Amino acid sequence: MAEVTYLEAIRQGLFEEMERDPAVFCLGEDIGAYGGAFKVTEGLMERFGNHRVIDTPISEAAIVGAAAGAAHMGMRPVCEMQFIDFVSCGYDMLTNYVATARYRAFLPCPMVVRGPSGGYVRGGPFHSQNPEAAFLHTPGLKIVYPATASDAKGLIKAAIRDDDCVLFFEHKYLYRRIKETLPDGDHVVPIGKARVAREGRDVSVITYAATVWKALEAAAQLEKEDGLSVEVIDLRSLAPMDDEAIVATVKKTNRVMVVHEDTVTGGVAGEITARISELAFEWLDAPVRRICAHDVPLPYAPVLEDFVLPQTADIVRGLRWLAAY
Amino acid sequence: MSTPSAVLESDKSHTLSSAQQLELYYWMRLTRTLEERLVALYRQTKVVGGLFRSLGQEADAVGSAYALERRDVMSPLIRNLGSMLVKGATPLEILRQYMARGDSPTRGRELNIHFGDTERGFIGQISHLGDMVPVMAGVTLSFKLRGEDRVGLVYVGDGATSTGAFHEGINLAAVQRCPLVVVVENNGYAYSTPTYRQTAAENFVAKAPGYGIRGVREDGNDVLAVYQVTRDAVERARAGEGVTLVELVTYRRKGHAEHDNQSYVPPGERERWAEENDPIDRYRRILGQNGVAADELAGVDARVSAEVDAATEEAERSPMPEARDALLGVYAEPPAAAELWFRRDVDAAVDRHERPASWGTYDG
Repeated sequence: MAEVTYLEAIRQGLFEEMERDPAVFCLGEDIGAYGGAFKVTEGLMERFGNHRVIDTPISEAAIVGAAAGAAHMGMRPVCEMQFIDFVSCGYDMLTNYVATARYRAFLPCPMVVRGPSGGYVRGGPFHSQNPEAAFLHTPGLKIVYPATASDAKGLIKAAIRDDDCVLFFEHKYLYRRIKETLPDGDHVVPIGKARVAREGRDVSVITYAATVWKALEAAAQLEKEDGLSVEVIDLRSLAPMDDEAIVATVKKTNRVMVVHEDTVTGGVAGEITARISELAFEWLDAPVRRICAHDVPLPYAPVLEDFVLPQTADIVRGLRWLAAY
Repeated sequence: MSTPSAVLESDKSHTLSSAQQLELYYWMRLTRTLEERLVALYRQTKVVGGLFRSLGQEADAVGSAYALERRDVMSPLIRNLGSMLVKGATPLEILRQYMARGDSPTRGRELNIHFGDTERGFIGQISHLGDMVPVMAGVTLSFKLRGEDRVGLVYVGDGATSTGAFHEGINLAAVQRCPLVVVVENNGYAYSTPTYRQTAAENFVAKAPGYGIRGVREDGNDVLAVYQVTRDAVERARAGEGVTLVELVTYRRKGHAEHDNQSYVPPGERERWAEENDPIDRYRRILGQNGVAADELAGVDARVSAEVDAATEEAERSPMPEARDALLGVYAEPPAAAELWFRRDVDAAVDRHERPASWGTYDG
């Protein structure tokens, strides 16, 4: 089997789910004839027609709201945000309408909102965001953010089959930079289950998305240079969050670093840290620390962006501090 | 504000039988009587949240919803109690809902008439105005995608037309030629804001050409005219002719909610509408001219009163929700949210009524 990219893996997942279930359809800006800004939906319109791959006006609120309405009626819409930064324009519809629908009105809302996320691409403040924390706080939404091609395919399929709304964050830095041979057959990855990306004994990194790769780089370097055994946990799903996997790694290494690309204050790392404090305080030999982006909008110039975002060297430094504590 | 002088094209060809005409009267009377009962319950503090009246707007709610078939789907607004009754919501459900009972349509989760039932074809609104327009664009898009012979109708008020969601939703529906009717109920006020502070447009039907859709304006207090104009829009939607914006001109005689003293309303305005343009009075006169005897209308009134009495008695016997029901059903899976550590093995969240008066007054 040939290796496929993270981007191609998402497209395969969409394609297979549209083949499998006629209720699945896509809507978004420039996703049809053009195939999407990053070409994730390329070829879908040719295969499934413009009634199942719908080009919409520039209207994120209407994309999300219309998806909800169609979902109530038994469809399974997949919305594309051209860049995930624009999901803020649909924030009201997602948090007030979609997230509450099942609870307040017993209305099923099986839909996916997906889009290119994240930085390290010189995208500047409005084409680099990681808005997952803004939604983690809203009961009723599920959030996944895969780091590998295999998980990207397996999770988009799981998201489409889920009976609630799933926000599917795709890291655009990873789109064409990582490749792997995907499992055969109907490959579905369960939502809510973390993955041990690297086994280790001495310290743990809990992370997700692009920083999984930075943590793995740091782990390899520390093993070679310091003989340090670093465990890397890839959460994959943020809501629901895999508490068992978090507690298991705390009990194993007793030293935990939480890493993500989003800004530090009010970010997901704070939630993970609180859970560790509540569920596994006695198992800690060191304070839980965070390596995340600085609290500034993401700047454009390479030297600025590199400074603001967490880098492999930061994780190496942080883990050395933690191991020595 | 006065009654509309300019009524644009309206096809008056949809005739109603005398039984149907009497049915319209029944729904309008039921709406008003039920709301009057709710006011009494509100004053007895049995309605635990706000109370929203549609006094004077019964014709626009009832006449427009009556133009839909059972298979069609409608999304009401806060002053569309009448529309919901026409679509099959029952007085018992409304009463239980307002009184936050455990067997109410939302099991005590939502307030007032915020509930729906896709079987009967109405979808519960949320408080964020305009949001139901994109949702109904999607509902009707699904009808189009599956080739179903169904139409959608969404109510918005004059205020909601100022939201981004209204614009995005109606534009998407127009581009997709969804079978959707957008009813703009222009009742003169959005909370305290008069229409002229809501839009610089002459009227709301003027917005329709900007979306490339048909727009019609009608006297919202004439139930037969409302029915006609909506039925026409519904049939056009069913025939694949796309979206129609229907502006119904009416007047909100009560405040935004029951607490609102309407200090912003010019003196005499409410009284004039009540006296000269009450939709039920007007319709009674029309029915009288059509040969319906006063006795017959009195019979409907008596039937409505009996139904509301029976529903009230039953609703008052309804249980309050079980507290732990609050944790169920945020997601299909997992089925329940976890109970927080400080609430485990605790029977009730509050031992006694907790009063703000005691907060911050530590006297130890």
